[in-house]
Amino acid sequence: MVKPDYMKFLRTETFPTPFCPGCGHGILMGAIARCATEMELDPLRLLFVSGIGCAAWIPSPHFATDTLHTTHGRAIAFATGAKLFKPALKVVVVSGDGDLSAIGGNHLIHAARRNIEMTVLCANNSIYGMTGGQAGPTTPTGARTATTPEGNPERPFDLCRLVYGAGATYVARSTVYHVRHLMKVIKNALSHKGFAFVDVVSPCFTQFGRKNKVASASDQLFGLKEACATVDGLAGLAEDRQADKIAIGEFTARKE
Amino acid sequence: MYQMTKNTDKSGVRRFLQGNEACALGALAAGCRFYGGYPITPSSEIMEHMAAELPKVGGVFVQMEDEIASIAAVIGASWAGAKAMTATSGPGLSLMIENIGYACITETPCVVVDIQRAGPATGQATCPGSGDVMQIRWGSHGDYEIIALAPWSVQEMYDLTIEAFRLSETYRVPTFIASDESIGHLREIAVLTPPDMIPERAASCDRPPFGDPATNAVTPMPGFGQGRRLLVTGSTHDERGYRRTQDSAVQAKLVARLCDKIKKGSANIWKVESFHLEDAETVVIAYGSTARAALRAVRLARAKGVKAGMLRLITLWPFPDEIVAGLSSKAGRLVVPEMNQGQVSREVQRCTRLPVIASGKSNGEVVVPGEILPLLLDEHGQA
Repeated sequence: MVKPDYMKFLRTETFPTPFCPGCGHGILMGAIARCATEMELDPLRLLFVSGIGCAAWIPSPHFATDTLHTTHGRAIAFATGAKLFKPALKVVVVSGDGDLSAIGGNHLIHAARRNIEMTVLCANNSIYGMTGGQAGPTTPTGARTATTPEGNPERPFDLCRLVYGAGATYVARSTVYHVRHLMKVIKNALSHKGFAFVDVVSPCFTQFGRKNKVASASDQLFGLKEACATVDGLAGLAEDRQADKIAIGEFTARKE
Repeated sequence: MYQMTKNTDKSGVRRFLQGNEACALGALAAGCRFYGGYPITPSSEIMEHMAAELPKVGGVFVQMEDEIASIAAVIGASWAGAKAMTATSGPGLSLMIENIGYACITETPCVVVDIQRAGPATGQATCPGSGDVMQIRWGSHGDYEIIALAPWSVQEMYDLTIEAFRLSETYRVPTFIASDESIGHLREIAVLTPPDMIPERAASCDRPPFGDPATNAVTPMPGFGQGRRLLVTGSTHDERGYRRTQDSAVQAKLVARLCDKIKKGSANIWKVESFHLEDAETVVIAYGSTARAALRAVRLARAKGVKAGMLRLITLWPFPDEIVAGLSSKAGRLVVPEMNQGQVSREVQRCTRLPVIASGKSNGEVVVPGEILPLLLDEHGQA
């Protein structure tokens, strides 16, 4: 079998990946590698930066580029230093929702405010997967987790609204179910001159689905088809129906 | 013993300036081209000078959202090829500590300037202290070594900042300037002589990024964008950077390298300065601003016929234990004045069987000669 071109972005000697069966992160990993291939990015000019958690392992060690696997929550701050000193690097942060928006929330909003040129791909599984399924700032209200056995009493962040409010000039959401759409927004994010953020819904069956009455990993993945609506499609829905949907699409893509 | 030589080079520029400003100028002279920081008294002048001066030499200045981000940006910039620095004070250092451990395990050269103030917590923001000495050494978790230098003058704020960059680049280790408010804000004359040698990073290198597989020695610092496809991680890793968190042999080798490179290099790192040690029966061991008062006290004591001397520690970490242990047998006792409750005095005690008199002061004021002098005189009945 001929190896697809995107394999040049991957350290295949590190396979198989450590991700659980049903995890969305492998799909995101493949999507990033395919986008980089189709965009003809130079792997030797790419720097992937990640924090701590399952999603941080998407680039480190799997991407055959420069990779910086940092402390928990700080990926964007490390990436800021590297990008500012060496602007020729294409800097991409890939990390999880807990890493980027809980412990790292301050760096996320300030990078958006600075509009520094980097792409942040948030693999959002709405749970702390690696540490055993504890609730995080993106866990839906009512969800059962290791730290919310009676259901999550708190409200989740809408990360796209958060970074939009903080000044990000490219903001989009997609899911690992909608791979073609996902690749489109990742490419747009990678081409963007400024701070680009993509909230990538990537299910965690092991730590979230199983504890929240989802029958199988495939049910959780395919369930995203019904759970999501495009930004345009949402506008046509009644207001009470809108709240039940995950909005996917581009929320802003502007030059500043 | 390695002695700090006084700077008598007349080719240098003679200037009357502030300690913090001298530190910034030293960093620039050493080739520092990235500064990431967050304002904090009493260190902010360093940041302000770097903000003004770095762009003029093609460097990058960024004010980050907090100290955690500041040191993170410094480490990121260092991997992108910059000689990089940040400056802070105790509360900011507390925030930086986790990422300083990251810099240690990833062997990232960087310089951290700590203009100490009286703590704990917010403490006295505008007053000097030396309460961070142990935090600098032990603040992060796990086993590692760092280097710390303690300037006692505006001149040394310049010279030792240059030296800190040399050491940091040589050993690939975070290197601290452990100064304090009184030296940071002191104004006096310094001669600014550019260094003969500025360590420069190699543009490319084919050696493993994390230690020599055979000797476990430090290898040259690589950089992003050099085609190396670097794997940099704060997890336990082998010499290529691959995560090996379940391999006890890899962990043992990694920690051994982080510690041994400093321990085995100590004799080349240590700098101390001796005053009247030849015949000294009472030896003051002091560092930083306190050494200024101690030297005055020693001279006053000698004027009264007391055989007093001083060992000034320029290198605080790695602790110059062999130098302290090797003090002349004439010495009958050691006096350690410092602006904390005896942090360095316990290190001194570890190195010697001589009685150690700790003289700690934690009121936000500098130590003055009159507080040290009685400790030098009383055994002789001349107090």
